[in-house]
Amino acid sequence: MTNPMLAPTSESDLAECIATATGPLAISGGGTRGLKPEGTALSTAGLSGITLYEPGALTLVAQAGTPVAEIEAALAVENQMLAFEPMDHRSLLGTTGDPTIGGVVAANISGPRRVQAGACRDFLLGVRFVDGTGEIIKNGGRVMKNVTGYDLVKLMAGAHGTLGVLSEVSFKVLPRPEATGVLLLTGLTVADAVRAMSSALTSPYDVSGAAHIPEGQDGSPVTMIRLEGFENSVTYRAKQLKERLSQFGPSEIERRIDGPVSTTAGWRWVRDVETFAGTDEDVWRVSIKPSDAPALTATLKDARVMLDWGGGLVWVACLSGIDIRSKVPKGHATLVRASDQTRKQIATFHPEAPPLAKLAADLRKNFDPKGILNPGLMG
Amino acid sequence: MEMPRPSEHVLGKKTRFISRLKTILADEHVISDVMETRVYECDALAAYACQPLCVVLPGTTEEVSAVLKICHEEGVPVVPRGSGTSLAGGALPTADSVVLGVSRMSDVLETDYDNRVIRVQTGRTNLSVTGAVDEDGFFYAPDPSSQLACAIAGNIAMNSGGAHCLKYGVTTNNLLGVTMVMMDGTVVEIGGAHMDAGGYDWLGLICGSEGQLGVVTEATLRILPKPEGARPVLIGYSSAEIAGACVSDIIKAGVLPVAIEYMDKRVIEVVEDYAKAGYPDCEALLIVEVEGSPEEIDEQLGVIKQIARTHDPVELREAQDADEAARIWLGRKSAFGAMGQINDYMCLDGTIPVSALPYVLRRIGELSDEYGLDVGNVFHAGDGNMHPLILFDANKPGDLETCEAMGAEILKLCVEAGGCLTGEHGVGIEKRELMTVQFNTADLEAQMKVKDVFDPAWLLNPAKVFPLSNSSDRRDTIRPAA
Repeated sequence: MTNPMLAPTSESDLAECIATATGPLAISGGGTRGLKPEGTALSTAGLSGITLYEPGALTLVAQAGTPVAEIEAALAVENQMLAFEPMDHRSLLGTTGDPTIGGVVAANISGPRRVQAGACRDFLLGVRFVDGTGEIIKNGGRVMKNVTGYDLVKLMAGAHGTLGVLSEVSFKVLPRPEATGVLLLTGLTVADAVRAMSSALTSPYDVSGAAHIPEGQDGSPVTMIRLEGFENSVTYRAKQLKERLSQFGPSEIERRIDGPVSTTAGWRWVRDVETFAGTDEDVWRVSIKPSDAPALTATLKDARVMLDWGGGLVWVACLSGIDIRSKVPKGHATLVRASDQTRKQIATFHPEAPPLAKLAADLRKNFDPKGILNPGLMG
Repeated sequence: MEMPRPSEHVLGKKTRFISRLKTILADEHVISDVMETRVYECDALAAYACQPLCVVLPGTTEEVSAVLKICHEEGVPVVPRGSGTSLAGGALPTADSVVLGVSRMSDVLETDYDNRVIRVQTGRTNLSVTGAVDEDGFFYAPDPSSQLACAIAGNIAMNSGGAHCLKYGVTTNNLLGVTMVMMDGTVVEIGGAHMDAGGYDWLGLICGSEGQLGVVTEATLRILPKPEGARPVLIGYSSAEIAGACVSDIIKAGVLPVAIEYMDKRVIEVVEDYAKAGYPDCEALLIVEVEGSPEEIDEQLGVIKQIARTHDPVELREAQDADEAARIWLGRKSAFGAMGQINDYMCLDGTIPVSALPYVLRRIGELSDEYGLDVGNVFHAGDGNMHPLILFDANKPGDLETCEAMGAEILKLCVEAGGCLTGEHGVGIEKRELMTVQFNTADLEAQMKVKDVFDPAWLLNPAKVFPLSNSSDRRDTIRPAA
């Protein structure tokens, strides 16, 4: 028997749904990120709309179910953006639907610019959420500096709804850069690529993206280093950086902003890990120290990889059912795409050290005493 | 400010307890002589002081763990302390507490430029983190104004900010990993040189928890390559409204300065007398600083100056060289010292939406008239973090109380305007009882439930952050009976 979906349209509705729930709830926004916990479906998509947008204060507040596309469109009108560049999982996971801002927050989704600007959690100023008893709770607010009380804002980012269901989120937004330039190096080994990206990221040229794809669109390795800002500044820094990286071979500077080979399309391709779309491999997302990336990719042998964040983020596509965690040095690996069979064998999230796992379990008990919010998803 | 009654039970076993601590630490690192513990009786919120039971100065994570284990067994509260520069009473002891200072632990453990991180012991001062990497062209971004003295431990506890956080963020945005000792002595490693958490964001939760969840002994911090250069421009306006509109327009134009600082007429006057920085005589003064190569700086300042001119400034001055840049910053950097020369003052720290700046400044002026105390405003305008300085006379009976009452009104005003009680100093004891202005019972209860998980006996940094009436049930039922 399928349970009917719960689709609250207001925060108080949401609180009512949770307060009266007696069994597990499977919480989702747009349902595009591929996590399918057991339970009665509870969608926050009905809590939709931008509640406040002050471009001059770089602040935007929206209900959790607001489509990301709606927010990005509103920001574009004022030449602003979500600087953490949230990934769209639809092509990688083959999902449909509208990604919501609450989903982005619940999963702490960040893209290539994370290496310079910060993650979703770094731009999240405030949250409103409903805990597992139906209590409405707020934390943070809509100002950029706020140390009033404990920071539950960060805690909610990446908690995947297991401590509470988000009803409203507020963000610091940033001006959209006037110009973009991408330095392209070709033919590098992973080790050289990481060295080149490290050299770029330790330069004063404010690099806002550094990715390496061993099999680029034409099949050969490509390393992409992004610069953003005012036109003259980008031109200047691209020239400086080209010189700084000359030891890694010749490079090109890509400045096109429209069309299929533009810088915009190129970085969306990296952001959305499109190179792994449409296959039946398992896909892992591994966060490690950048200089550990070459050894990790060597150990993974036949697996396909893609490096972002200067090597600090390694996307891995490998044969279904292989647990790569034993090969990951200090850091963590999340199973982003997997067959149902793999999901039964391998946990989605990286197991934590026992004292932290205990803290996590105790926190869940305190915030969700009935154990109904995406139970089992995070341990 | 009311503090909970010290536990007679704890006070009664002082001698035995101290001798137990001395089984782990060298005698000179367990301080109980009243003349020597006096140094630790208060922090930079010097209006409040209390002698602790004793002070311990462990030298390693293992020693911190052993000390906490004993305190946990004995039910003795612990007040963690970095350098004691808290402006909110975050390190104020209670009479039945042990002050645990991390000042002996100040080593750099690892510098890793390739991965852009540094690992330090948390007793290290903020400025000396940058000092360790400066020659190689790097810096640690958060720069609270006490950076010469304040410790990374305190920066993490309070999630400290600084003048440059408009671009670089505050401590929580630059913290990648910690070694933390829990109240029962368990040592946990969280994060590292990699980015973001795999499970819950423990780092985000710990940063800014005011030493109430654990004692952080080591930290992995993000370091950044230094920009090629930086240059400020000084802009004077005839009203706060116009200055506020200018700030908003600069931000909207897509320039992201590293700092936008604001000073009002009262502060300008005092600073001029004190530092002779050559500031114009005007109602509102902005210092806007941008970074980059000389050409990039020219480009950004060009945009800023153009915007500034549309608002009809009374003064617009761009630094032509390093000396002029230093002179522009001189007044701002000496503002707190200069105000301290003429008066006692209380420094507030509320944050407001930038759009509410003119309204809040006008209301602060009205409150100043109402309470009969002078106020100077100097703050980080780019992010709305206000620092009203209320001037009072500590020797005049009743003046401190009037000042505190007025401070509370200003903080309520900040919350009412859509902001918060504290942007970078923390709650400590100072704003503890005002928490109910910003949070309802359910909001506070959620935060206290986090504390319950990390420190079930509520022994770490007692009587801070939460209003005493909200936390009394937990403290009363959990603390061992006499």
